[in-house]
Amino acid sequence: MREPVVDVALFIPCYVDQLAPSVGLAALRVLEHVGCRVHYDPRQTCCGQPFINTGATREAARLARAHLALFEKADAVVCPSASCVSTVRHRYAELGLELGPDAQRLCARTFELGEFLVRELDRSELGSRFPHRVALLQSCHGLRELELGHPSERVYATRPEPGVTERLLRAVEGLELVWPERPDECCGFGGAFSVKFPEVSTRMGRDRVRALAATEAEYVTGSDVSCLLHLDGVARREGLGPRPIHLAEILASGLDG
Amino acid sequence: MSELLDARAATLLPDGEPLRRHDAAVFDLRRRRDAAVAALPDFEALRTHAQAIKTHTLDYLDAYLERFESQAAAAGAVVHWAEDGAAHNDIVHGLLRERGVRRVVKSKSMLTEECGLNPYLEARDLEVVDTDLGERIVQLGQELPSHIVVPAVHRSRAEIGELFHVHMQTPSGESDPVRLTEYARRDLRPRFLAAEAGITGVNFAIAETGTIVVCTNEGNADLGMSLPPLHIASMGIEKVIPTLADLATFLRLLARSATGQPITAYTSLVTGPRAGGELHIVLVDNGRSRLLANSTHRSSLACIRCGACLNTCPVYRRAGGHAYGQAVAGPIGAVLAPALSSQAEGRRLPLASTLCGSCSAVCPVRIDLHGQLLAWRRTRAHAGAGERVLQRAAAVVLGRAALLRAAGALVRLCWPLLARRWPGNPLGVWLLGRQLPAHPGASFATRYRRLKGSKR
Repeated sequence: MREPVVDVALFIPCYVDQLAPSVGLAALRVLEHVGCRVHYDPRQTCCGQPFINTGATREAARLARAHLALFEKADAVVCPSASCVSTVRHRYAELGLELGPDAQRLCARTFELGEFLVRELDRSELGSRFPHRVALLQSCHGLRELELGHPSERVYATRPEPGVTERLLRAVEGLELVWPERPDECCGFGGAFSVKFPEVSTRMGRDRVRALAATEAEYVTGSDVSCLLHLDGVARREGLGPRPIHLAEILASGLDG
Repeated sequence: MSELLDARAATLLPDGEPLRRHDAAVFDLRRRRDAAVAALPDFEALRTHAQAIKTHTLDYLDAYLERFESQAAAAGAVVHWAEDGAAHNDIVHGLLRERGVRRVVKSKSMLTEECGLNPYLEARDLEVVDTDLGERIVQLGQELPSHIVVPAVHRSRAEIGELFHVHMQTPSGESDPVRLTEYARRDLRPRFLAAEAGITGVNFAIAETGTIVVCTNEGNADLGMSLPPLHIASMGIEKVIPTLADLATFLRLLARSATGQPITAYTSLVTGPRAGGELHIVLVDNGRSRLLANSTHRSSLACIRCGACLNTCPVYRRAGGHAYGQAVAGPIGAVLAPALSSQAEGRRLPLASTLCGSCSAVCPVRIDLHGQLLAWRRTRAHAGAGERVLQRAAAVVLGRAALLRAAGALVRLCWPLLARRWPGNPLGVWLLGRQLPAHPGASFATRYRRLKGSKR
């Protein structure tokens, strides 16, 4: 055994469970590969993000309470969707739940898959192999709220080391990483925004798809499933752009055993 | 249903070339800002310092306003207080009427846009000429500014040439920006000379000295406040800052954040009236003290109107400023509208954001703009009864694993039907510009059970 066993509670958000199950399986595979003992409780559902984002605080609070109760015993919660992680880590505190120290700790110990690997386990080289040209879509919540990369708006006094998502991708054998023009422009999903303002949402999506297509990448990857689903929808309608694949699916590629 | 930012609304920026041009022109300002702030290694610290000054000033705003009033009065200015836009317009009109003024030149002021001063004065037979080039263009086009710093950014050069041709009899088909600017200058110069009053906005007001500060790139405000005998300066009560030293902090941030310039071409500090002239300063509340009393939203009063949040906002760039239906568009417009707008539609604007957070990341005074949008959403002012019932039902389904899985199974069963566009498809809005993903197959929970079950 190279390292001690780490117990991890796998948090598969509702829409990943239903619409992108392969991402959940890939996350499970990666975590087991690095030696984690992964626990998955099938009673988990939704963290409440759709309700928080539309201001439905009462509904959100009920879901948040249930989420915290379900994961109560976990030492670390890992999730392959950055915006759900940001919801738990940053937005639960705004729901008026009066979170106790244990709940606060749980919020702080809820991790996006990539940051868990790099920051908690100090593992960026997993032995993955994915011989393709891949463009990175930096999802906004992951980038600006979880700091998985470096927002283009920020001024850094000294040049920072690459963000966690980039470090993981650079360590994948055969993978050629490329960046679209305007490397952190929003894709236009925005949850309820995508259906409340569909025209502007798809205008944003189309621009992103064009920028990604210009990189001539075969795949586009990211740490948030929702952005990838939206982009996939736009790309297929436009008949343009690289195929979406989640970070977890790339990391799970070519692993031994 | 509201039509803000909606494809059916005539106010949405047209798709195609106008959209591409607008997005490129506005994002260019963001790029210039990036280059300018990157040259200041202590930029992030400067933002923090500016935020601290604003927070402190807003916490003691009453005291600083009174200090400003007494210092401005000591310097010879007359200070007026206006509770709302109507009171402001009335005060300004009264000053002009008492002096028999017929012709007014104005420099750019978002506050007077907010108060609707131009139409108010024009309805009372005054000639009001906007002298900022962008403002002049939207005035000739009889429309509102679409951006707080570059008011006519939604207009192409050709459209501006056509407007000038119609209103100034310039040659048809002219679209060269240098020549167009020269025509505007020639048209404006006699108007400056004939004006009996100049109205300006205020970027900063310094409590310590009673000074108002006006920043422009065209020098038009300087002409407007130097040539006519009467200068009226209109400002929101949040514009006051404590000292001249504080001004240095904000001047380092303002133009860099706005257009990437180290400083605006003209930065004029006015303390009292010029010799033989009059200076009247109108302090306007118009909902601001309500915001000040609201601890959740007070920070939005820190805004220095640099426009950086508009320039970076991917929604603003794709929608255009007119789609917001307010004097101030973009993220800060959506944050202020629920408090300051008289229109009910303004309450829906906080929804017009993906919460990408880029606005918060560029704001020179560190307003948590996307957090503010979320906070306004929590007031639920936008949600009708139908939406609330639907959300309650959705929360019940998403809150129970069994119901979620049952709903998911139903969706998977109907997938081929839902993926097609037909009238009445509940996913119709999604399908307007997008397709559904490929059929996802069995849920993660199901596959996990199979996987782990088979291993045991």
